[in-house]
Amino acid sequence: MDLLNDLLQGLLLGGYYALLASGLSFLFGVMRVINLAHGSLAVLGAFIMMVIYTTLGISPLAGLALMLPVMALLGVVLQLLILEPSLKSGPLVPLLATFGLALFTDNVLFSVFGADTQGFAADIGDLSYNSWSIGPLYVSQLDTLIFATAVAVLGGLQVLLSKTQIGRMIRATAEDEDAARLSGVDTRTVRVCASALAMVMVGLAGAALGARGSFDPYAGGPQLIYAFEAVVIGGTGSLWGTLIGGVVLGIAQTLGGSIDTHLTEIAGHTVFLAVLIVRLGRGGGIGSYFRTLRMRFV
Amino acid sequence: MSLLDVKGLQARHGLLVALHDVSLSLEAGDVLAIVGANGAGKTTLMRSIAGAHKPSAGKVLLNGEDVTNLPAHKHVRRGIALVPEGRRLFPDMTVKDTLRLAACRKGTWSFDAVLEALPQLLPVLNRKAGHLSGGQQQAVAIGRALMTNPELLLLDELSLGLSPVAVEGVYDAMPRLKSAGTTIILVEQDLRRAMAAATHVMCMLEGRVVLSGRAGELTREAVMDAYFGLNRHAA
Repeated sequence: MDLLNDLLQGLLLGGYYALLASGLSFLFGVMRVINLAHGSLAVLGAFIMMVIYTTLGISPLAGLALMLPVMALLGVVLQLLILEPSLKSGPLVPLLATFGLALFTDNVLFSVFGADTQGFAADIGDLSYNSWSIGPLYVSQLDTLIFATAVAVLGGLQVLLSKTQIGRMIRATAEDEDAARLSGVDTRTVRVCASALAMVMVGLAGAALGARGSFDPYAGGPQLIYAFEAVVIGGTGSLWGTLIGGVVLGIAQTLGGSIDTHLTEIAGHTVFLAVLIVRLGRGGGIGSYFRTLRMRFV
Repeated sequence: MSLLDVKGLQARHGLLVALHDVSLSLEAGDVLAIVGANGAGKTTLMRSIAGAHKPSAGKVLLNGEDVTNLPAHKHVRRGIALVPEGRRLFPDMTVKDTLRLAACRKGTWSFDAVLEALPQLLPVLNRKAGHLSGGQQQAVAIGRALMTNPELLLLDELSLGLSPVAVEGVYDAMPRLKSAGTTIILVEQDLRRAMAAATHVMCMLEGRVVLSGRAGELTREAVMDAYFGLNRHAA
């Protein structure tokens, strides 16, 4: 029964990883940008939310609702000031630019908020620790909410991409930008919209990070690694690969942790490496793998 | 005022000059066939008019408006649509979504009107473009261009890589396009078909216009000579 409980906790943890990975994967799918600032921006989202609800004296949920438009606006700024110029200079430059952005974000957060760890647990009341008991199983209400949010985000994204004109424009831009322009699509505006959308997802992940644990200005690095691992494990082919990748990573970590606490992260990294090696072994090398990864949302 | 005026257009691919001082003028309803050997600059000219290739000199005027340096999507929104060589479809997008994607201008070409002109698309509307035959893909590419309600339709190498039956299917739509009053520039290797479809013919060689005139006034021999560079100084 312990095993069943571990699997359940891993599944729920996977919801958080999927939520975290969705923005990274989406941005990569549309623009071929591996955003190395992804984790740091999620932490920035958490800090912005904390500042909003503590300053205005409102609930964390209202703070989240106000933080998301701010993140969308940051996505527009990120695209216009950093990604758009760097995309013109080859694939390495966006990588370096977002790495620089991560360092900048971390250090600005450190200079403003100091090294103290922060969290929303005290402000979200019972939700931070309440759980449903189903026989011998314990189901965290917060983790369930985060899992449901991840499913809703991915489902919403699928509806957006498949049923709306902006979704078609995003898919066309991701597939063939030149051909998209010849179809009348303003691909620059589409990329700005995609960046704003990705940052909303990053903001949700930041809120989940603050709600389910603690964060500090330098917490972005590990979050980037988890998101990247979930994206790679999820593999190619469908939008829901991100969720599967997150769940596999979550279960691996939980099962590893149940054997020995020190194995928690190592188990996740091991699964990531194994999946990566298998995928690369199927042919084409890393370049080919990432070309196919790009198609996951379309 | 002409619908399209191209004045002294020059274009490069790196150091290679692909177009030398190309000029042409089209009235509404004209159908211009551009013929020429590989490397003559036909595709570069089409892409330059469509805004997909930035010219190094010269001007492209649409209804008197200088559109030379506008990005490709703004050409489309002003009424220039290109069916590019190789079709350039979105392989993972369904035919229906591909057509709907391009609906960016109002006009006579609605979704239903396009399907009426290209009935071969009806049974494959929900199939992904990458899974279609060459002829069906070409029909999708034409349909995508029509959905933008173009005043000027650029058709680059319509029959390239298609079976004779598929080519017939694609050309079956031509009368409907002409009757809609759409101005067309057609790049075609099949000289007989090009001269039959067009009101004007232009022959290019090594980036230059070496012969142009009304289709009825040019003999097949004169065009052939120009095609192979036998009278390159006669234009």
